[in-house]
Amino acid sequence: MKDWPLWEVFIRSKNGLEHRHCGSLHAADAKMALENARDVYTRRNEGVSIWVVASAQITASNAEESGELFEPAADKAYRHPTFYNLPDEVKHM
Amino acid sequence: MSEKETKSLEEIFNQRIARDEKIEPKDWMPEKYRKTHIRQISQHAHSEIVGMLPEGNWISRCPSLRRKVALLAKVQDEGGHGLYLYSAAETLGISREELFDQLHSGEAKYSSIFNYPALTWADIGAIGWLVDGAAIMNQVALINTSYGPYSRAMIRICKEESFHQRQGYEIMLTLSQGTPVQKAMAQDALNRWWWPSLMMFGPRDEESPNSEQSMKWKLKRKTNDELRQAFVDQTVPQAELIGLKVPDKDLFWNETRGHYDFGKIDWEEFWQVVHGHGPCNRERLNARKSAWEKGAWVRDAATAYAEKQSQKQSQESSLKTA
Repeated sequence: MKDWPLWEVFIRSKNGLEHRHCGSLHAADAKMALENARDVYTRRNEGVSIWVVASAQITASNAEESGELFEPAADKAYRHPTFYNLPDEVKHM
Repeated sequence: MSEKETKSLEEIFNQRIARDEKIEPKDWMPEKYRKTHIRQISQHAHSEIVGMLPEGNWISRCPSLRRKVALLAKVQDEGGHGLYLYSAAETLGISREELFDQLHSGEAKYSSIFNYPALTWADIGAIGWLVDGAAIMNQVALINTSYGPYSRAMIRICKEESFHQRQGYEIMLTLSQGTPVQKAMAQDALNRWWWPSLMMFGPRDEESPNSEQSMKWKLKRKTNDELRQAFVDQTVPQAELIGLKVPDKDLFWNETRGHYDFGKIDWEEFWQVVHGHGPCNRERLNARKSAWEKGAWVRDAATAYAEKQSQKQSQESSLKTA
């Protein structure tokens, strides 16, 4: 028998918060993946909503390319509020 | 890749580990790091799965409903922990099927402690208190392990497991305050589980061949002997508190060391059980294999059903567009 496909599980811990990745599991189809995710990842009230996504459907960036993808942001301090000098009298801005 | 390139990658990798950076699945890693992690994580997963067997036997014979819901929840957690860990191992490029094959063929090991039988109800107390206690000691040290998926699984597992130890100790406490027969039952369980629990931390440091590399990779954060000592120091006062006696005549508090000294472990017994000659090795593996084989038709049926449903769906959608 072949392995059931792999699914990634995302859980919203409570309304107002985003779904976050919490792990993966095997299941024959999406419905079973949801049911298994409920048993495997929400045994202690960890969630109010679950997403499952077939792992094969995820396109991920490559670790080898992380330099060209993410390094350019490192020298752009002007995107952060602390880059700008204001007089101390201005308390909140 | 040339040898020189691999070497410089390995240097960068070692520096990342030294800086306490986590390694994630798609990052470059030395082949030996990958293999060692597959071995350790899968061994850990198998231990969770086989660990359900000695306790599962007692679910239908718990003395009260309170104990029964707790034991059910604990065994279910262990199944869940096995699943987290299998998933973590799979991120290193091994399939679930291969992992199961390794367990069922005996190629992969699981914790030897589960090759001892759970003879009385007090054993369920001793397992939770001592075996889970020792496991938690190991696992807390692993939260900071260098491999991201393993570390994340460990965080979840540790959070969930602290009730396992508490429910076990509560069982021991209740029995030790019960009738003389109940107290004797608790003492007997402690006598039988104490030494195997100390063996759970693995061979002595000087006889643990993989330890040094594992410490360097931060796959291990404390040595076997350090963890074993911490376990003894923590557990002996807990035994005294409920009036039970640790079965070791050489055990005493060493004021100068600030630790308990304890007697010699029977390493011959340890290696016998590791090599398949413990009281229940065969029984555990057979139970596991039979569950897997008897469940084959369910897995096949679910696959067939999923295929049929997706065929049906694609037919319907092509009808709609026609």
